[in-house]
Amino acid sequence: MSDGGATVPNRRGRSMRRIGRHAWDVLAVPVVSIILALLVGAVVILATSILVPGTKLDATLLGLPLRAYGALFCGSAGSPLPSFHLLIVTGPLVGCSGGSWDGFIETFVQATPLILAGLGVGLGFKAGLFNIGAQGQFLLGALGAVWIGSSLGTGPVIVAIVLALIAGALVGAFWAGIAGFLKATSGAHEVVTTIMLNYVALAMLSWLASGPLHQPGSPQPVTTDVGDAALPILFGPDGHVGIFIALVAVPIVWFFLFRTTKGFEIRAVGANPEASRYAGIRPKVLTVLTMAIAGGLAGLAGAVNLLGISHQMPASFSTTVGFDAITVALLGRSNPWGILPAALLLGAMRAGAALMQIQAGVPAELVDVVQAIILLFLVANSLLRKLPGLRGARSGLGTTDTMTGSYGSETA
Amino acid sequence: MDALVNGLYGIPLLGLVFQFGGYVLAELPTFAHTAVLVAVPLALAAMCGVLCERSGVVNIGIEGIMLVGAFVGWYVGVLVVGIMGPGHATPIFGLTLPLVIALVAAMLGGMLLALLHAWLAISVRVDQIISGTILNIMALGLTGYLNTLIANQSPQGAGNFSPLALPAWVIHLPVVGWLLGAFFDQGPIAISTIAIVIVLQVLLFRSRWGLRTRSVGEHPKAAETVGINVVRLRYRNVIASGAIAALGGAYLSMEVTNSFQAGMTNGRGFIGLAAMIVGRWTPLGAFGAALLFASSTAIGQSISFDPPNGQLGDLIARVPPQFFDALPYLVTIVILAGVIGRSVPPAADGKPYEREAAT
Repeated sequence: MSDGGATVPNRRGRSMRRIGRHAWDVLAVPVVSIILALLVGAVVILATSILVPGTKLDATLLGLPLRAYGALFCGSAGSPLPSFHLLIVTGPLVGCSGGSWDGFIETFVQATPLILAGLGVGLGFKAGLFNIGAQGQFLLGALGAVWIGSSLGTGPVIVAIVLALIAGALVGAFWAGIAGFLKATSGAHEVVTTIMLNYVALAMLSWLASGPLHQPGSPQPVTTDVGDAALPILFGPDGHVGIFIALVAVPIVWFFLFRTTKGFEIRAVGANPEASRYAGIRPKVLTVLTMAIAGGLAGLAGAVNLLGISHQMPASFSTTVGFDAITVALLGRSNPWGILPAALLLGAMRAGAALMQIQAGVPAELVDVVQAIILLFLVANSLLRKLPGLRGARSGLGTTDTMTGSYGSETA
Repeated sequence: MDALVNGLYGIPLLGLVFQFGGYVLAELPTFAHTAVLVAVPLALAAMCGVLCERSGVVNIGIEGIMLVGAFVGWYVGVLVVGIMGPGHATPIFGLTLPLVIALVAAMLGGMLLALLHAWLAISVRVDQIISGTILNIMALGLTGYLNTLIANQSPQGAGNFSPLALPAWVIHLPVVGWLLGAFFDQGPIAISTIAIVIVLQVLLFRSRWGLRTRSVGEHPKAAETVGINVVRLRYRNVIASGAIAALGGAYLSMEVTNSFQAGMTNGRGFIGLAAMIVGRWTPLGAFGAALLFASSTAIGQSISFDPPNGQLGDLIARVPPQFFDALPYLVTIVILAGVIGRSVPPAADGKPYEREAAT
C-alpha cells in the first residue's frame, strides 16, 4: 500500500530527470558551442584591441570584452523591468540605461528575416541541397515587393500587403528555382550557381534602383516607396506585423516537412537519394521544388523586411542575411523548432551590435566572427563530445552531413 | 573589300555579329590585356581548387582564403612601412622590402586558413562544403572586423607592385605584339600566375608527386596500399593551395590596387571554382576557362571606356551598364551548366579518408 504511494513521485521524478537528460543531450552541443564562441570572441576583442592606438595595456583592458558583451546584451534585450535583468545574470552587472523595450523588440525585428530565410536554408539541407543564395533571393524578394507595392494604386491596405508579400515570395522562388533547375538538368552544383545568382541579383538591384523602379525626383539611386503595402507597426519604433508572419511560418514549415507526403519525400531524398528513387520519388522534380520553396521563404523574408522597415530600397542596400541564414539553419539542426531560437539568438546579436560598436568601440563585425566560431565548434562536435558531461550529446548538425557527396557530379 | 564589309554589316542581326567581331578586333590589344588582368585572381583561385580537389578535398573556402590574403598583404604592408619606412623600389616590378614581406605574410595567412580547412576536412572529417562555408564566413567577419577597427587611423599602405612595362617596340610587333603585351605587360603576381599554371600542369601529370596526388584523389585506398601516406599528402596539398589562393587575394590589394575593402574578392573564389570545373580539373584548362570568364568583364570594360559606334553602338547604348557588371556571373552560370555533364571530378573528391584498422 504505502509502496504504491511512494513510487508515484519517484517515477515522476525519474521521468522528469529523463526529460531533462534528453533536453540536455539535444541542447548540449549548441549551447556549449555558443558559450565557447563567446569566450573566443572575448579573446579576439582583447587581442585586437592593441591595434587601436592609445590602448593602455593594463587591468582595465580586461573589462573590455565584458563591456562589449554588456552593450550587446543591452542593445538586444534591455528592458524597463529590473526583474528581467535579474533573470539573466549579466543584467545588474551591466546596468542597461534608458530602459525601454526597444532593444527587445529590435531582436525580434532582426530575427524575422533570419527565421524565414533560415527555414528556407534548413529545408534545403533536409533535401541535401546547400542554398548559399538566400542573399540574392532575399534581395529580389524585396524588389518584387517594392515593384508590386509601389505600382498598386489606392485600395484596401490588406490587399496591397498580401499581393506584395506574394510577389516577393514568388520572385525569390523563381530565382532559387533557376539554381534548382540547373542542378536537376545539368548537374551544375547549387553552391556555385546560387552564389553567381547573388551577384546577378546585386546588379539587378543597382539597375532597378537607378532605372525602372527609380524614385522620381530623388538624386540617389533608390527605388520607389511601397506606399500602402507598408506593414503596420505594432510595437516600438519598428516592431512590425512581419514578426508574426515569421512566427507562424515556423509551425507551417514544420507541418510541411514532417506531416505531409512532399515533406517526407524531401527528407527521404536528403537521407538517401538512391533509395528514394527506388521508392518512386523523382529527385529532379524534388530538387527544383525544394529550391523554389527555399527561395520563396528567403524572398518572403526580403519582402517582409522591406515592407516592415525601410519601405524603399537603395542601390547600396547591404545585408548579411545569406550567411546568417546558413548559421541559423545549422545551429537549429535544420529543424523549424530549432531554427526559431537560433534565429532569435542571431537576431539578438545583430540588434545589439550597433550599441556594442558605439559604447565599447568593438566593431559590429564581431558578430560574424562569433558566428563563424559557433559553426566551427558545431561541426567539430565530435571533439566537443569527448568533454565530460557531453558524451551522450547528439551531434550538432543532424542530417546535414551528406552534401559534399553530390558535389560536381551529375545528379543521375 | 570595303564594299564587302559594308555589305556584310548591312545584314540585320548577322551584321551586328560582324560589327561586334570588328569591334573586338579593333580593341584587341587593350581587350586582351584587360582579360588577363581580370583572369589572374580567377586562375589562382582555380589552381587552389585543382590542387585541393585532385587530392580529394573539396574547398569552397577559396573565396575566404583570398580575402584573408588580400587583407593580410595590405595590412602587413601598413605595419612594416610604419616600422621601417617605405623602402626603395626596384626598377622592375617596383618591389620594395615591405611589399615583399607583406606578400610572404599574405601567403602564410592563406596557408593558416587552409590548414584549418585541412584539419576539419581530413582529420575531423566534417562535411567539406560546410567547412568551406565556415572559412568564408570567418574570413569575411575577421577582415571586416579588423578593417573597421583600423579604418579611422587612415593607414599608410606599402603601395603596390608595378607592371613590367615592356618596351614599345615589343608591343607593336606584328601579330604577336598584342599577345606579349597582354601576358607580360603585367605585374609580378600576374606573370607568376602564368608560370604557376604551367608548372602545376607539368607537375600534376608528369611527376611522381603529381601521380601520387591524383591517385590519392581518385582511389585513396589503393594509394595507401602502395605506401602513399594519404593524410599527409592531402594536408600538404591543401596547405600549399592556401598559399596560391592567398596570392590571388594579395593580387587584388597589392597589384591591381593598393588598398583593401571589406569583401573585395566579390565571388572570385567561386568563379575560380567554376573555372576549375569547366577546365576539367586541369591547370591549363582552368586557366583557359578563367580567361573566358574574364573576357566577359573585359568586354564590359572596353565598352564603357570606348563604346562602339554605328548600329552596334546604338544597341549597346540601350543596354543598362549593370548588365555588364552581371555578365561574368551569368557567363559562369551558362558555361557551367553547359559543360558540367561532360566534366567528371576526381572519384574520391569530397570523401573523407578513413584508414581501415589493421586486423
